[in-house]
This record gives sequence, structure tokens and C-alpha cells, in this order.
Amino acid sequence: MVSRLPLSALDRKLLRDLWGMRSQALAIALVMAAGVSMYVTYLSNFDSLRRTVDTYYEQQRLADVFVTLKRAPERLTDRLRNIPGVEVADTRVVASVTLDVPGLNEPAAGLLVSVPSGTRPLLNDVFLRQGRWPDAGRPDEVLASEAFCTAHGFEPGASVAAIINGRRRNLRIVGIALAPEFVYSIPPGEMIPDDRRFGVFWMERRALAAAYNMEGGFNQVAFSLTPAAQEAEVIASVDRLLEPYGGLGAIPRARQFSAWTLENELTQLQTFGFLVPLIFLAVAAFVLNVAMVRALALQRPQIAALKALGYSNRQLAWHYLKWALAIALTGAAVGVAAGGWLGTAMIELYNQYFRFPELEYRLSADVVIGAVAFSLVAAALGARSAVSRAVQVPPAEAMRPEAPAHYRQSLLERAGLSRYLRPTTRMLLRTLERQPIRTGASVLGIALAGAVLFVGFVFIDAITELVDSEFQVRMRQDVTVSFVEPRSARVLYDMERLPGVVYVETQRTVPVRLRAGHRERTLAITGLPRTPTLNRVIDQYGHETLMPATGLLLSSILAEVLRVAPGDDVTVEVLEGARPVVRLPVAALVDDAMGLQAYLASDELHRLMREGNLVSGAYLQVDEARMSDLEARLKLIPAVAGVALTETMRQSFRETMAENINIQIFINVIFAGIIAFGVVYNAARISLSERSRELASLRVLGFTRQEISLILLGELGIVTAVSLPLGSLIGYGLSWLIVGSFASEVYRIPLVVRASTIAWTWIVVATAAVLSGLVVRRRLDQLDLVAVLKSRE
Amino acid sequence: MFTARGLTKVYPMGDVVVHALRGVDFDLFPGELVVLLGPSGSGKSTLLNVLGGLDVPTEGHVVYRDHNLTEAGEAALTEYRRDHVGFVFQFYNLIPSLTARENVSLVTEISTDPMTPEAALELVGLSGRLDHFPAQLSGGEQQRVAIARAIAKQPDVLLCDEPTGALDITTGVVVLEALAKVNQELGTATVVITHNAAIAAMADRVVRLADGHVSGVERNRTKVAARDVTW
Ligand SMILES: Nc1ncnc2c1ncn2[C@@H]1O[C@H](COP(=O)(O)OP(=O)(O)OP(=O)(O)O)[C@@H](O)[C@H]1O
Ligand SMILES: [Mg+2]
Repeated sequence: MVSRLPLSALDRKLLRDLWGMRSQALAIALVMAAGVSMYVTYLSNFDSLRRTVDTYYEQQRLADVFVTLKRAPERLTDRLRNIPGVEVADTRVVASVTLDVPGLNEPAAGLLVSVPSGTRPLLNDVFLRQGRWPDAGRPDEVLASEAFCTAHGFEPGASVAAIINGRRRNLRIVGIALAPEFVYSIPPGEMIPDDRRFGVFWMERRALAAAYNMEGGFNQVAFSLTPAAQEAEVIASVDRLLEPYGGLGAIPRARQFSAWTLENELTQLQTFGFLVPLIFLAVAAFVLNVAMVRALALQRPQIAALKALGYSNRQLAWHYLKWALAIALTGAAVGVAAGGWLGTAMIELYNQYFRFPELEYRLSADVVIGAVAFSLVAAALGARSAVSRAVQVPPAEAMRPEAPAHYRQSLLERAGLSRYLRPTTRMLLRTLERQPIRTGASVLGIALAGAVLFVGFVFIDAITELVDSEFQVRMRQDVTVSFVEPRSARVLYDMERLPGVVYVETQRTVPVRLRAGHRERTLAITGLPRTPTLNRVIDQYGHETLMPATGLLLSSILAEVLRVAPGDDVTVEVLEGARPVVRLPVAALVDDAMGLQAYLASDELHRLMREGNLVSGAYLQVDEARMSDLEARLKLIPAVAGVALTETMRQSFRETMAENINIQIFINVIFAGIIAFGVVYNAARISLSERSRELASLRVLGFTRQEISLILLGELGIVTAVSLPLGSLIGYGLSWLIVGSFASEVYRIPLVVRASTIAWTWIVVATAAVLSGLVVRRRLDQLDLVAVLKSRE
Repeated sequence: MFTARGLTKVYPMGDVVVHALRGVDFDLFPGELVVLLGPSGSGKSTLLNVLGGLDVPTEGHVVYRDHNLTEAGEAALTEYRRDHVGFVFQFYNLIPSLTARENVSLVTEISTDPMTPEAALELVGLSGRLDHFPAQLSGGEQQRVAIARAIAKQPDVLLCDEPTGALDITTGVVVLEALAKVNQELGTATVVITHNAAIAAMADRVVRLADGHVSGVERNRTKVAARDVTW
């Protein structure tokens, strides 16, 4: 069949040699495929998301700058429009409300956003999926966010009760909508989306303004900027203008919550899309190198003969390089197919998280070409040194019989243990010791497989750790209540009298802008009791961090963003009340997992605010049996803006986030398993072909199968055993690298290694080794003594 | 055709050095069949390697027609081997993954005026084994494929290192006949290394090596036909 093809003899040799080592070639190709499919999965998703995001933002005119304030009169709009660099300024009214959703026990959070009647918003336009625009004359008609409606099965016509400015009102959903500023949204004060408990509602402006005494005024502005505008200058002008009106600090699109989360996700996809495949392909290149070095050693006499026959080094190098490239192409083909498939699955996940009018999976030619190129380069790099060394064989070698290899007594024997060792054991030890580089390469190859596996498992540990420390160590409260406005601490007593409440601790949050030099972030300072018992400050490993006696306690991510260290001062511009501006020392940092946090002892915060004992929220410890009574009551309290239940949060965290990450981990582990098997199997197979002659001779001399198996499998066993701890070490290093690249402003992942991780890694690698050993053992049993001894090869 | 003067080859082996050749002069004329005789270790293979451009001498020089092999680089030597030399190795050195025919086409594909692989195999009496892999051939058959591979390009020189070393009489004679036939019909200058003095009878000239020296050169008045060689 092959001989009919118009192929050169050398190419036929290539095909047959590859076919002869097909299982090994396939094992290496699979390792490559793993890397390639990661690359394709991540980058095609990056590509699809990027495209979708960009078109969506453009079509719906997402604003460039956002600002929230207390209240400003409508006439200010013109002055805002005239700020140099501003193209469009669009004002609106927004309000947070508590919802009473039919069929949902606990209270949900809602955000009411005003839309003009009759026309579309100038910026942040709403995408109407279904239904119609609210009628001007009907104040109760709203558009509701798609995610919320889907979660509850609401269609146009359904209604939801909201506590609007202290009054319970029924909102009638007339349309289902999405907006570019809410691609990703989470209930206030929580960490991950929960579509059941958070909804956005667009309401006709006059109706909303009337409900909040905002007629003729606004409390939010969005700006689009001219292409030449200096964002920072516009922000400064906006802030100056809005300061008297309780401006909370303008933020650029880059830090608007939804856009910011999306960008972080995109960056991560891109980093991951390179980093993870890079590791896989590096491993594949290494395995390929080891396999090639050893396969080419077997080809030495052939290479010498081909050279003697007049083939040049370049021709031969190209011939052998084609081996590697053929393997890489196979790997790339499998990888692109698998990557495309996984990519679709991943887009499905994104569709649960991010709300776009349409998020379609797109596997672009660029990604495919990139993947193929990536794997060809990796293969070429892996094969290069092996090939160029192999073709250096002097052609005269073809004229000589192969010289017997040099052996010497092994370390154990030299140590005087020789009389305890059987001849086969001696052969085994001497072989391992004679070729330290080869042995080392096998050890390293298997160790790398273990390392990749290790990385996969470490992420499971990390997520478990994150969930544990967030929900068991940090948040010991059962319920977190936030108030519409800061209230006197007397509210404590009201809270304590609510059904089921056992213990109450207060919290004060103040919106501020922190400045250090030209770096700044707008966030909330959380005021906590000096020794909090419910909501505490913990680092990413779950250790409690004590509140400093004085000064700020900052997330270390925030400290990095601001480039400050303990002892430095930061400027705190309060964006509420009398808006004092003070300088405070950074007292300590907490290496925590989530976001940008700043803490201050609450008495110090009150002093700073020149206020009495005000609170913005409360943490409640609740008698579980009376939880549903409490939930029902909380829904009805007008002063309550939001209620977060720790248990619900934990559950939804586990269900969504953990499930999502588990899929990725599952993929990692599968791929790492492939690598482990590929590497180990390769090592075993090469040893087999290298030594089949020797082993066959031994069989002829009367050694049993068990005895010769011991030589080969013993070698595999020792190499595997040595590689296990090394693999864990390398894995730790890689995890450290990846965890580092993960650290965004959104969250970071703690690097924790549990004993079970090490155990699982070892078990998987050892299993791969045993399986390979069995395959090799079977081949050994079928060793054709005559054929092996007949040819010189 | 070949003029070799003062060839010395030294292999450094750790502290000691091995002198494989110590000042060998050697000539080869067109159409000639020369047999190289000598005890094991006397330097026969080393000389042949130098002539074939597989190795370079430590001292002395070799000129093949207008090619100075001593000064040629790796690339020039490759070209020289490809264009002018046919090798028959003592250990056959067939490519195990290629059939007899393909092993021969390996050479015919890179030479300018080759015969067809089939014709070359016919010449060594292997027409019936075209599609056999080396592992499916006997030792003698493998050696004949090796000879077919060497002659298929119609080389100017044929260099054979113990082509009958591993063969019995009958097969050995078949191989020798093939060599003689090529030498006569194509006029290929041929050098054959052997331990077997009987084979010397079929040569035009016999060169004896001992301990890296040429210890004697004889010209045969009458050449014995290959089929009449006995040992
Ligand atoms: N690569 C090498 N390294 C060191 N010594 C070598 C090498 N090749 C050959 N020799 C030595 O050079 C000498 C000549 O070797 P050569 O192979 O030419 O002998 P020969 O006449 O062909 O012997 P035989 O009939 O056994 O094949 C021998 O002593 C051999 O040990
Ligand atoms: Mg020899």
C-alpha cells in the first residue's frame, strides 16, 4: 500500500519508522494535543469573548466614565456636557431596593435604573430582548434583566414587589432586557453572581424620580469621551463639579465593575492561553527530545550507512526532523479538534456568567494556525538537539561493529553489597548508573508529568481553601444586613429584637478615594470593632489578622496597586457627608484572597467622619430554626437595602464557581494523566527497544521471563520512584508561577498543598507507570528471540 | 584513479594512541580489482574508509582523480561519496524498515545515472526478493542487497569490506560473482577486503597490509573466475 505512493525511499522509511513506533509517537502526540487543546480552548474563548464584548459595547454605547452622586439638579447637565473632552453626558436616577420575589423565601436585591420615556438612553443603551418599552403614563411598568427573569421563569406580564423608598410597590415586567454595563453583576456585598437574588429594573424616569424625590435631579451620570480626551483630566473636572453634590468619585470604564471583571477574565484567558499550553508543550518537547535521542541512538548504524551512501547531514537532519513534525501535526490535529469541542463547552459556561445579547463560539483561523505553529515549533525545538547530534555520527561507523558499551560496577556494588545482588539486579543498577543523563532525562520527564498533575490538584485545594476560609473563618455571621443610609447605632436594639437573632455586630462602610502619589482607587473603608467576632479579617490561608491599634489595614493587592507599604501614608478623601480629606498611615497589610479591601477600627472611622456612632450595616448571628421568620421580616423593613445570607452565598458559590472551576480542573487532570502515561510509557518502550537484543540474548542463555522483566521493569520502577518527589517539587514551582499570574485585582488564589494532593499525584503517576509496565511486560513476553538476534539493528 | 601517499591514521585512546595506519602508499587504477589482505587489526578497514571518504587520515594525502580528499570538508566528502563511490559494508547495514527494492532506491534516488533498483537486484540474482524486508532475508541475501545497493548508482569505485565474511562458500561465491560481474561489465574499479587468501586469486592485484604498513603487492598473471574460488 505504502509502496505504491510516489514517495522517496527515505520518506517511506519515515512512515514505516513512525508506524513502527506508533504507540510511542501517539503518546507524545497526545501530550502535544493536550497543550494544543488548552491553547485552542482558552484563546478561542478569548477571541469569541473579545469580539462579542467589543461589538456589544459599541452597539449599546457603553459609557467611558461613570459617576454616582447624592443628588444634583438637572440644570447641571449642561455644565457637565461642556467639560472639555466630554462628547455625551447622560444623567439618570438609580436606586437600590429590596425585592420580595414570589417563590423566593429570602429577600433579593434590586437596582432600579431610570430610562427616558419615548427615546433610548444616550449611553448604556438597553438591549430589549422581549416585550416592549415601559409606557410613559404607567409608573409601575419596568424592564427586567434577563438573568433575573430566566432564574425565576418570568415572562413579560409577571410582577415583583419592591420596597421603594419605604413603600411596597408592585413592578410589572413588560419587557426583558440586557445592558452592557451589567454583563456581569452580583448582588451587592457578595462575591459571585446569584441571578435569583439580584435583578436590574429599568423604569421610566419620571416614575422613578417621583418615588425618590428626585424630580428635576439625578444621581448618576455617564459620559462618553472624544477620541482626543484625557480621561484623567475629565475625571478630575467631573469630580470637582460634582463635589458639592455628594459625588462619589468618577470611575473610568476600566474600573466599572462589570467591564472590569470582563477585562480581568479576558486577561486571564490570554495569560492562561499561553502559560498553560507553554508548560504542556515544553513537557511534550522534552519528552519528544528524550524519545528522539534514544530512538536515534538506535538508528545510529542506519544513519552512518546513509551517510556513507552519500546522504548529507542536512538531508538526514530534515528526515528525522520530519519525524518530530509528523508527531506534532498529529498532536495539533487532535488538539485543535479537542480544543474546539472544549471551547464550545467553555463558552456555555461563560454564557451562564456573562449576559450578552449573543455570545457565539468562534474558532478563528488565527487561533488554529497559532496552535499548529506553536506545536510545530515546540516539536522542532524538542527534536533539534537530538537530530543534530545524531547526524554527527561519523560515516565510518557504518563499517564497524558496534563497540560494546562501557560498564562499571554500580555504586551499591562498590559499596560492597555485591554479594547480595543477583546478576539481573546488577545489570539493572549498572545500566541506570552508566547513563546518568538518560536516566536523569527519564526521571525528569516523569517528574514533569507529575508536576502538571500536581498543578491541577493544587487548584482544587486552592478553591477548597478559599471557600473554607471565606465562609468558615471570615464570615461567621449568618446574615449581613446593609442599610439604605447610615443609621444611629440604636438600630442595634431593633436588630436584636428580630426573630431568631442571637447576636449583632455593627459595621460602618464609608465610600472613599485612596490616593498615594498619582495612584488611586475608589472603594469603601470598612469600619470594624477592634476585636470583631463575626465578620473578621483573614488572610488567604484563613488566619485571622488583628485590627491594628491605629491606622489602616489594607489588602496586599490594594497596597500593590497603590504602591504603599506599612508605615507609608495614604490620602483618604471621604466621598460622603462632610467629605473630610485626611492622611492616614498604613498600619498593616492583610494578604487576603478577595479584591481591594481597606479596614479601620470603627471608633477611628467615626472620629475621622466627625460623626457619632453611625452604622451602615449589621452582622447577625441567628438561631437556625427561626431563619425563615427572620427572612420574611427583613424583606419588609424599609431601612434595609440588602440582605445577604452566608449559607445561601456559600451554596451558590459552591454550585457555580466551584463547579465551573472543577470543569477546568477536571480537564487539567485528564490532560496531566495523559502526559503521565505518555511519558512513562515512552520511557518504558524506549528501554525495551534499546535492550531487546540484550534481553533476548539473556533469554537464550536461559533466564526466565520474570528475571528479564525485572531488569526492565525494575528500571522503570526506580526511575518512577525517584521522579515522584521531584515532580511534586517542580509542580510546586509551577503552581507558584501560575497562582502568581492569577493574581488580579479581583481575587487571588491561595497556594496551599494538602497531603492528599501529593498522594493523588503519586498515585496517578504510579498507576500510569504500572499500566505502561504491563504493556511493556506483555511485549517482553512476546519477544521474538530469533528476529531480535538475527538483525544487527 | 586513487593516489594515496604516506597515509597515517592515529586513534587517541586515552593515554595511549593506536596507530591504525603508519605511512601507507596505495594506488588504484581504473577497471582494476584489488584485494586487500591482512591480519585482523592491520588497518584494512581504516584504509578503505579513507579511500571512500568516510574518514580522513591523520597525515598523508589521498587524491581521487581531481578531488583532494584530504582537504575536502564534510560537504565535499558527502558529494564525493554520492557521486563516485559504492560501499558494501561488512555488516550489510540495510535499513530494516525498507524492502530490498527500497533499500536500493535509497541510492538510485540521489545519484545522477543509476540503473533501476530492479536491474541492480537482478544482477545479484535477487529478482525474486524485491519486496522482502531485511529481516525476511538470509545473511547472504542481505549482503547481496547491499551489493546491489552499492552498484546501482554505477559508481566509479566499489569498496567492499569483507563482503563474504559472514557467508558460507556457496553464498560467498554468488556474492563474489556479482562483484566480478560488475567489475567486468561496468568496468568499476573495485577494492575488496578479505581475510580469505583464496579470494585473492580473482584479483588483478593483491595488496597485503600488516600492522599499518603495506607489506607486499602482487600482480596476478591469471585471474581465477569467481565461481572457481574455493576455500
Ligand atoms: N574508532 C577507533 N578507535 C580506536 N581505535 C581504532 C578505531 N578504529 C580502528 N581502530 C584500531 O585501528 C587498528 C586498525 O583497525 P582496522 O579496523 O582498520 O583493522 P582491520 O584490518 O580492518 O581489522 P579486521 O580484519 O579485524 O576488520 C586496530 O588496532 C583497531 O583497534
Ligand atoms: Mg575491518
